[in-house]
Amino acid sequence: MSAIYSLYIINKSGGLIFYKDYGSKGRMDTNDSLRVASLWHSMHAISQQLSPTTGCTGIELLEADTFDLHCFQSLTGTKFFVVCEPGTQNMEALLKVVYELYTDYVLKNPFYEMEMPIRCELFDINLTQAIQKDRVVLLGR
Amino acid sequence: MQFFGGSEISPSPPVPTATGNNAHMMYIFNRNGVCLLYREWNRPLHTLNPQQDHKLMFGLLFSLKSLTAKMDPTNAEKGNLGIPQLPGQGCSFHSFRTNTYKLSFMETPSGIKFILITNPRTGDLRETLKYIYNLYVEYVAKNALYTPGTLIKCELFNTALDQYVRSIA
Repeated sequence: MSAIYSLYIINKSGGLIFYKDYGSKGRMDTNDSLRVASLWHSMHAISQQLSPTTGCTGIELLEADTFDLHCFQSLTGTKFFVVCEPGTQNMEALLKVVYELYTDYVLKNPFYEMEMPIRCELFDINLTQAIQKDRVVLLGR
Repeated sequence: MQFFGGSEISPSPPVPTATGNNAHMMYIFNRNGVCLLYREWNRPLHTLNPQQDHKLMFGLLFSLKSLTAKMDPTNAEKGNLGIPQLPGQGCSFHSFRTNTYKLSFMETPSGIKFILITNPRTGDLRETLKYIYNLYVEYVAKNALYTPGTLIKCELFNTALDQYVRSIA
């Protein structure tokens, strides 16, 4: 059974604006999650410098021993990345769904300040539903 | 450019880019960050000079290893970011992929790091890197004239490596 461990959203300057943990051991505290997010932002940028050909847009998938990390960068530089079990399928589609939820419930919220941490209830509710639906679909197969 | 003897003194010419199936480049670092080998087969874009490029590559890998050890969701007890991890300690990544390349990484218990950069459609190259490590052991480590920690100048190793890399899909 494939599981999502956590979801991060970082703004275009590398600051963490959203972090949700779905069940990893060793939950990170706020400071650590901020550090990890900024570190990822820098690594993403450096990886573009090391490309042998032109047109590199950064890391899309990182495969480690115990987890995979899928990253989606929007055209504005906002990065959505998810830490999941190795070999989980359809994470790119999930990230696009999260991006759509972000544009609908966060960006269109008139009280939301750009680049600030996300505190939108509707976004949280719909995000939980999207992740659950993903789980149910995977279980059903 | 003479100091990095990888591509200049190679007897075999770079493989034609038309196939697109061959590897782009290869790095070997030791545990102190010294670049022991840099082979280039297909690299249209050079953003930095070689020294900076090697340092950047080593730095990226060091930080990524630190990041993966910290982000490991299955390990409850973790050190802090920035503490150097021993080879084999903590979760380590084995590859990452961007839209233009795929980087495969392997670290041996002695701290020798093998990095292979290929096109993004390549599959899992862990076995390939293990084979290259065996080539390293045979042609470099067992070479009586090779001093550990210095640049690798073994012709047999270069030839064997080129031949093997040409054969991987």
